[in-house]
Amino acid sequence: MNAPTRYYDESVKGFITWSIIWGTVAVLIGILISLQLAWPQLNVAPYLTYGRLRPIHTNAAIFGWGIGSFIALFFYITQRLTKSPLWSPGLARVTLWLFNFAIASAAVTLALGINRTKEYAELEWPLALVVAVVWVLFSTNVFMTILKRKEEQMYISLWYIMATLVGVTVLYVVNNLGVPLHLFKSYSAFAGTNDANVQWWYGHNAVAMVLTTPPLAIFYYFLPKVTGNPIFSHRMGIIAFWSLIFMYLWTGAHHLLWTPVPDWIQTVAMAFSIMLIAPSWGAVFNGYLTMNGKWEQMKSNYLVKFLICGITFYGLQTIQGPMQAIRTFSAFIHYTDWVPGHVHMGALGWVSMVLFAAIYYAVAKMNDTEIYSVKLADTHFWLVLVGQLIYSITMWTAGVQQASMLLATNPDGSLHYSFMETMIAIFPYYKMRAASGFIYLAGLLVFIYNVYKTYQKGSSAESVRA
Amino acid sequence: MLEKNPVIFIILAFVVIMIGTTVTMIAPFKWINGPNDRIAEVKPYTPLQQEGRDIYMREGCNNCHSQTVRTLAADVERYGYGGGYSKSGEFVYDRPHLWGSRRTGPDLAHIGLKYPDQKGMWHRKHMENPQSVVPASNMPAYAFLNEPLDTTYSERKMKLLKFPYSQADLDELKGKTEMDAIIAYMRKLGTDIPIKKAEAGQQASVSKNNPFSDLKAVKADALSIYAKDCASCHGDKREGTLGPALTGSSKTDAELFAIISKGIEANGMPSFGGSLDEQKIWKLVTLIKLGKQND
Ligand code: HEC
Ligand code: HEC
Ligand code: HEM
Ligand code: HEM
Repeated sequence: MNAPTRYYDESVKGFITWSIIWGTVAVLIGILISLQLAWPQLNVAPYLTYGRLRPIHTNAAIFGWGIGSFIALFFYITQRLTKSPLWSPGLARVTLWLFNFAIASAAVTLALGINRTKEYAELEWPLALVVAVVWVLFSTNVFMTILKRKEEQMYISLWYIMATLVGVTVLYVVNNLGVPLHLFKSYSAFAGTNDANVQWWYGHNAVAMVLTTPPLAIFYYFLPKVTGNPIFSHRMGIIAFWSLIFMYLWTGAHHLLWTPVPDWIQTVAMAFSIMLIAPSWGAVFNGYLTMNGKWEQMKSNYLVKFLICGITFYGLQTIQGPMQAIRTFSAFIHYTDWVPGHVHMGALGWVSMVLFAAIYYAVAKMNDTEIYSVKLADTHFWLVLVGQLIYSITMWTAGVQQASMLLATNPDGSLHYSFMETMIAIFPYYKMRAASGFIYLAGLLVFIYNVYKTYQKGSSAESVRA
Repeated sequence: MLEKNPVIFIILAFVVIMIGTTVTMIAPFKWINGPNDRIAEVKPYTPLQQEGRDIYMREGCNNCHSQTVRTLAADVERYGYGGGYSKSGEFVYDRPHLWGSRRTGPDLAHIGLKYPDQKGMWHRKHMENPQSVVPASNMPAYAFLNEPLDTTYSERKMKLLKFPYSQADLDELKGKTEMDAIIAYMRKLGTDIPIKKAEAGQQASVSKNNPFSDLKAVKADALSIYAKDCASCHGDKREGTLGPALTGSSKTDAELFAIISKGIEANGMPSFGGSLDEQKIWKLVTLIKLGKQND
């Protein structure tokens, strides 16, 4: 009676392939811009200057690698949690083409200097429209699959997925409002302080709805799969969920402390940022307690390493973030290299670690095989971990050092160091950070090779069966 | 029930998201940029300045430069240039805002006050080759901006942004390069706000007598102030680059004091009366009068 559902995985595979390609592009450009900060003569042509490349790095990383693999894994997870095939495979194929078109055009237009300058919403209006269409197509597909589901109960991952679908839509549309001058240029609908306030309402909630809820959905799905333990507490998951999506939206102004944004907005942002520790750590504890009695898997199961390491960095990230949201601490580290240290602990240590585990698992499952090499997966793990740690630690150090120099005053109240003195002091860290990028890249290449070989193994197994 | 009904779930999630959004993002539109925020002296951009601003966006200068002087004492001291901290009213014509989130380079909110030179000589030299002015800088060279400015949309931009403009403003665009435009924008930043120039003027009249007659006693201090504030225009060894050489001078101590304190802004010599106290200026005067090239 219970014939197994046929899942539609072609687009899952397609999105995984392309997200890995865009992720590699992001890392390569990340390395290039980190080299440029140490050796400015590497700004060799207008379209290869730091100012134009940095947004390509962040867009390829967040939209290409991040959102690309979220789409893949949401398709994967949703089908399995609802025990239903994807609502429309055709639509999923179109979504993939449009997605690739959007990311590729983003890279080209940003290199040409077509840039709205609002962080994480740099794309000019025609492309922003394409991105919105991609998102709507994808959301519709996932949501319709959920509506037509065979499994009545909705597991916590589906909650995070649905919140992501709604949240990103609202944020992206509002922050992209503007008046077009022509096809390649528009002016923001908002001015000055208003524009800044809207931007960071968006910016911080891009962190919430892109770099937090999707990896959490993925984490909540794959941790029980990988370990064989059910999630520790469904109820804790639910409480954490609602408080998380409630609180995040109040915190945008912690990016704008000490600026002309009204004081009370800053204070509210600071307070809510600190309260955010609770729901964030709700997820962390849920992860840890799920491991109860099975901690030996940290050694025996390579996927557990990625997942538990990832949730640990999420935990650290959500302690460090609220700290940065406190006025006095912000006064110190805001604008410095400390912040890229924070960013990459989250992006590399949390988001990417969870994605690596999920992709390994899903690729093997979809190909009805085992991973090609656990040893290589281990090598991959250590390389990306070491790369990321060097990145973050050097940047935190650089940030603290530069901040203390920038704030140092003489007895008469005048500044002790010129700007350039503070900058010369951090050049060694810039060089170390560039080196960490190469270590990370090596890890990424091992990952790609391992995934590729797993695919090969899968298809040869198929031909044997046939 | 929630766990079974995705439609109700989505609606509820939307409502939850909109609470914080309404309070901290939508409601503030009621007073931000309102009459209380306005500063009468702050004027919209001219067509040339707006073109410069668009080039600033195109080149992504905001990835390395912030444009807000925070209310912190150290920020005001380093980046205020006499204009104090940034106020909301300074930005009412900025669409989008360009506050930035990183200071790989210095804040530029009031950069027009730091380099008042009408011809923008310092900027030109610096933009074409930053390392020729500040050797350890990691700013990219922007010599490629020495290209004719495309003015096809200049007038439309003014209309779209509802900025007033005259025919003279449009004529100003003729024959200009992209470099001219970005320099015009740099020179505008911060210069509209009413600043405490008077203070600088007063200081100059406080004292006419140089308290230092011995170079040895002040040399170390003077050289360190010089390296921070003057070397980028007068050369590392005071040999003169953008500004004239400062090794020995026929001017009197009082004249030199007045120049350093008030500046010769039209010609590109900034005023330092707001940022350096009297003692420091006298030390510099002593260095200029008595110092030799290899000191
Ligand atoms: C890679 C980062 C980077 C980029 C991109 C960049 N700058 Fe800079 N900029 C710096 C650094 C570092 C300094 C300080 C050293 C110096 O003066 O060169 C600086 C200094 C300046 C200064 C002088 C500030 C002062 O207080 O003396 C101006 C003006 C300036 N930049 C304008 C621009 C403009 C305009 C652009 C875009 C066309 C730009 N910068 C792009 C890093 C950058
Ligand atoms: C942004 C560039 C710039 C900076 C920074 C600068 N100057 Fe100048 N300075 C000039 C220029 C240009 C002139 C020539 C003005 C003129 O021709 O009227 C000048 C002229 C002078 C003169 C008059 C020289 C003469 O013989 O006529 C003195 C003295 C002087 N500067 C001292 C200083 C001191 C001291 C500092 C540091 C505290 C300093 N300047 C920083 C650009 C600068
Ligand atoms: C390991 C390879 C990487 C290197 C060498 C690298 C390097 C850099 C550099 C040099 C910057 C600019 C920092 C500055 O402003 O001073 C940056 C910014 C950024 N990167 Fe990366 N990056 C890497 C990987 C990634 C990945 C995989 C992601 C996301 C998944 C990512 C997300 C970001 C974001 C969001 C920013 C903007 C940070 C901010 O505004 O403060 N990076 N990166
Ligand atoms: C409770 C959770 C968190 C809080 C309160 C928080 C707080 C902050 C604060 C205050 C800043 C601004 C730093 C500054 O410029 O001075 C910041 C920047 C940033 N954070 Fe977090 N953070 C949290 C979690 C995360 C997570 C999980 C990620 C995932 C990667 C992340 C990614 C980022 C990014 C990308 C930026 C840079 C934004 C930019 O300037 O462009 N944060 N965070």
